[in-house]
Amino acid sequence: MSDQPSVSPKVSCKGVDVFYGDQQVIHNVSMDIADRAVTAFIGPSGCGKSTFLRCINRMNDTIEGARVEGLVEIDGENVNAQGIDPVTIRSRVGMVFQKPNPFPKSIYDNVAYGPRIHGLVRDQMDLDEIVERSLVRAGLWDEVSDRLDSPGTSLSSGQQQRLCIARAIAVGPEIILMDEPCSALDPIATARIEALIDDLRQRFCIVVITHSMQQAARVSQTTAFFHDGRLIEHGETEMIFTNPADTRTQDYITGRFG
Amino acid sequence: MSDHIVSAFSGELEGLSADLLRMGGLTEAMITDACSAVTTSNRPLAKTVVEQDKTVDALEADIEKRITRLLALRQPLASDLRTVLAAFKVSSDLERIGDLSKNIARRTLDLDPAESIESLKGVPRMGRAVSLQLQAVLDAYSRNDAEQAKRVWAADDDIDQHYNSLFRETLTYMMEDPRTISAGAHLMFIAKNLERIGDHCTNIAEVIFYQVTGEYMPADERPKTPLIGA
Ligand SMILES: Nc1ncnc2c1ncn2[C@@H]1O[C@H](COP(=O)(O)OP(=O)(O)O)[C@@H](O)[C@H]1O
Ligand SMILES: [Mg+2]
Repeated sequence: MSDQPSVSPKVSCKGVDVFYGDQQVIHNVSMDIADRAVTAFIGPSGCGKSTFLRCINRMNDTIEGARVEGLVEIDGENVNAQGIDPVTIRSRVGMVFQKPNPFPKSIYDNVAYGPRIHGLVRDQMDLDEIVERSLVRAGLWDEVSDRLDSPGTSLSSGQQQRLCIARAIAVGPEIILMDEPCSALDPIATARIEALIDDLRQRFCIVVITHSMQQAARVSQTTAFFHDGRLIEHGETEMIFTNPADTRTQDYITGRFG
Repeated sequence: MSDHIVSAFSGELEGLSADLLRMGGLTEAMITDACSAVTTSNRPLAKTVVEQDKTVDALEADIEKRITRLLALRQPLASDLRTVLAAFKVSSDLERIGDLSKNIARRTLDLDPAESIESLKGVPRMGRAVSLQLQAVLDAYSRNDAEQAKRVWAADDDIDQHYNSLFRETLTYMMEDPRTISAGAHLMFIAKNLERIGDHCTNIAEVIFYQVTGEYMPADERPKTPLIGA
């Protein structure tokens, strides 16, 4: 349950369709996503979770042949409106992927990269502060503060994933999208990321795609179940996992044939 | 509902429900036997009931172990989660019913047949009513029948009324003839035990309702007669 129920949604989608060429993979999805809360997207592989997620930060723009229709709003502002710069959108919406993908640079530079290119800093002190704060918030500072010059790739995969989270939050986003952020991690690293997600929701609007029902149950307050490009059910996580309304949701989360 | 992709999981859930029904059948017979033993001073029958309680306890312990394992290894969700939680609660209610039946049977050994009391005749009747409640609720369990569970739940008031009239009747005898006081006291405990068994049946009914519908039985809708001496 979210601690402070927010009044208006952070993200609001209305009648979203997505096509790859002439193949439609997202059908008429409407959904509000709350601020300062974690929303989990669940559903079988290929149902369109990643595609829909990418509508929020206009990442589908970068995919050949992808076309998005319908309305996607952040704080009531249409992200696809003319004159909106996708780069601005992407600085407001951070993204973390399944496989940790640090740049082949030092730990410091991985985190400093975003603030530098977005021109968010005046001087070195400013930058040092952002890097430290981001690493602290990502729960990594204590483990790396004495080796900020080491390559990001020298970290364990769990640490790399937290580095990617630090990199995402360094540019001061409002929304963080995570596409299966723990699927490549062991249980301890996964627990760390989950604790971090729970921590971050005090400040951010977070959407997590996961194939682990237990993870969705542990980290999210709201869960959305997708099937065949459609949003089947969307509601309080507690309800979805104790008493889902739709039999397709029920069959999926209990491991039954559809 | 269709089967789990991991079919062993479906098998485990079915096994659980089969064992609960077996446990239920045992306790149902214990209620009837205990009431019959106590009214006919049948000591061997009373001892059988006391023995059967051990079987019921062992069944409960086994079911509990399997449920713990199932929660840890299968991590059930949604209707599966409700099924497992229900099994856990039903088995503990049945275990309590076994205990209460054993307590009734034990009084056979303490009751002096020479000091009998007329109202003892009411025991088998109340015992039958309680045992029918249990039968009906187990039937609801085996068929996942929320409506039937609700009927059992509503019918508990009849048991309470049974209890009140048996209590009142016994009290009258005790006041008229002090020689019946010892037997009367036993009888009041027996009636109370049967009334408690009725309550466990309504617990089970509530659990079935939740298991099947995912919703809680509306607590304020049940007719309720205040119990004397409660
Ligand atoms: N770049 C692409 N070009 C064409 N089809 C794609 C592309 N990306 C995904 N798809 C198709 O779109 C559907 C949804 O995929 P995706 O959003 O990745 O699902 P999920 O994240 O739920 O596994 C799938 O049928 C997939 O094959
Ligand atoms: Mg995906």
